[in-house]
Amino acid sequence: MEAKRLGLQTVVFRQAPCIVGCSTIAGPKEGEGNLGSYIDTLVDDPLMGQPTPEKAERMLLYQACQDALAKANLTEDDMQLFIGGDLLNQIISSSYCARDLGIPFLGIYGACSSIVEGLGLGALIVDGDYADSVLVATSSHYQASERQFRYPIELNIQHKKSNQWTVTGAAAAVLSKTRTGPKITMATFGRVLDYGIRSPNDMGAAMAPAAADTLCRHFQDTGTSPGDYDLILTGDLAAVGQKLFVQLVKESDYTLDSKHMDVGAAIYKPEQRSGAGGSGCACSAIGILGYVVKEMLEGKLERVLAIATGALFSPVSNQQGDSIAGIAHAVVIEA
Amino acid sequence: MDKAQKDLHARYQQMVKEATPQPNRWKNLVMAFITGGVICTIGQLFYNLFEVIEPSRLETTAVTQAAMIALGAIATGLGLYDWLAERGGMGAAIPVTGFSNTVTAAAMEFKREGYILGMGTKMFVIAGPVLVYGILSGFVVSLLRAVLTGSLF
Amino acid sequence: MDYLTAFLAGGAICALAQIIYDNTKLTPAHILVSFTVAGAVLGGFGVYQRFAEFAGAGAIIPVSGFGNSIVMGMLSELERLGWEGLFTGAFEITGLGVTTAIVFGGLMAVLFQPKD
Repeated sequence: MEAKRLGLQTVVFRQAPCIVGCSTIAGPKEGEGNLGSYIDTLVDDPLMGQPTPEKAERMLLYQACQDALAKANLTEDDMQLFIGGDLLNQIISSSYCARDLGIPFLGIYGACSSIVEGLGLGALIVDGDYADSVLVATSSHYQASERQFRYPIELNIQHKKSNQWTVTGAAAAVLSKTRTGPKITMATFGRVLDYGIRSPNDMGAAMAPAAADTLCRHFQDTGTSPGDYDLILTGDLAAVGQKLFVQLVKESDYTLDSKHMDVGAAIYKPEQRSGAGGSGCACSAIGILGYVVKEMLEGKLERVLAIATGALFSPVSNQQGDSIAGIAHAVVIEA
Repeated sequence: MDKAQKDLHARYQQMVKEATPQPNRWKNLVMAFITGGVICTIGQLFYNLFEVIEPSRLETTAVTQAAMIALGAIATGLGLYDWLAERGGMGAAIPVTGFSNTVTAAAMEFKREGYILGMGTKMFVIAGPVLVYGILSGFVVSLLRAVLTGSLF
Repeated sequence: MDYLTAFLAGGAICALAQIIYDNTKLTPAHILVSFTVAGAVLGGFGVYQRFAEFAGAGAIIPVSGFGNSIVMGMLSELERLGWEGLFTGAFEITGLGVTTAIVFGGLMAVLFQPKD
């Protein structure tokens, strides 16, 4: 039997679980952005007619799950596990969504890296024959994140240029042994790195070292190089973070050039006044399950290394003077 | 933290500093000046109006500040104030209309957790420190002045 | 003429705050508190009132004027009541504004929802 582990941090999925169905949903701002055409469902009202953004986020997540199941021609009953994570305290969006779905639930928290953490774990479970099909989903909401991590929406704040705008949306994927759709062939789970960034205005900078570390570790573990991939996608480093990421990777003697794309930097148009770019669980998730999967189905991409990054902190830890740690996980997706 | 790690952090801080785009300082400065100036000019209009009907300068001051606070609250409710602040920066934050905005914005945001435990407890979540430290520092200088002039009793 | 001085003085105070905001890591809350305290302290030494005589609303409307109002209330009550005035005076002038903020803030919260 071939080895299932490579190097220090990478695992190989010999049965390569497939994304048999996936769906993305987002708000109007994301719809007007550069990736708008890759999002399956666009809603006009970011509050979804709900009284609070928390309830709206939950609805987005539930909708994404149902759409993904429908695309896979499956139902909740066919799912043996639901793996979900989000940004809200005690991951309430995922928990309440799991309540409504009625699928056995594993709640995860990797901040904005949740989607890749979820896909990686899901693939491990399916590849290990512990489940035939699992549902992986994540969500984020601008208003809900703003009020939890920053300030009230209507407050007089002039945003700094390094600020990022949380993506309002959700994405879900059904992973299964059935051999249709893009395959997940490898995963590299990342270490938590802290380079001493303290300002919550510099999230991209806090996550860039972790992203670079996971990427370089992946190359070393697998013996691959940037040339082996059609695209190296990072989640939500945004303008400032991606610049640092490219610099850090270069110091390890890898050049990414045009192979690299950051969803955070790409998702909004410059005139949308969103600082350095997008962030949030839905940002990386829309990039992977929207952009990458659609391009693969159209045959434009063959092999993609998708890295999602998360900033690990809470408003309390930040106010108590702790620095912001970063994490990054990577998966290899092949058409 | 060992020295190697400290050096790494320091070097990374430098990289971050270089990668972070600079604010448009001149544009921000001019916008803050104009925004703050216009708000104070509106304040002057109220002041001149109230001067006629109020008996003393202190009362004119009080009513003028209150009128601007009401104006700030209304602009916040209509969703105009965060738009103004995104462009005018400190020109929108520093006038009492900005103080009023912090109260109204918090009230609007946290009423979702109920009128008592949400709005009631969190209305002054940002304006609170302004009152606390305004009163604390005011108390200290007033006490100092009272002791120096012997007007304490 | 008083409109021009109000514009220039108020604009200058806000511009100073903007310079601090763009060149330090201080949050708007820190700057707001600092300006209030500065107004209160300068008021205690009688400096702010002289500035206000010339600048009018340009001195009254920024939060430094609000801080000054706190001290002016304390000092006028001190004259009237003695030491009790230090405790009753804070809201003598600003009470009107604080109550307005609560009444209008509450009203707006009932009427409107936050928007993106």
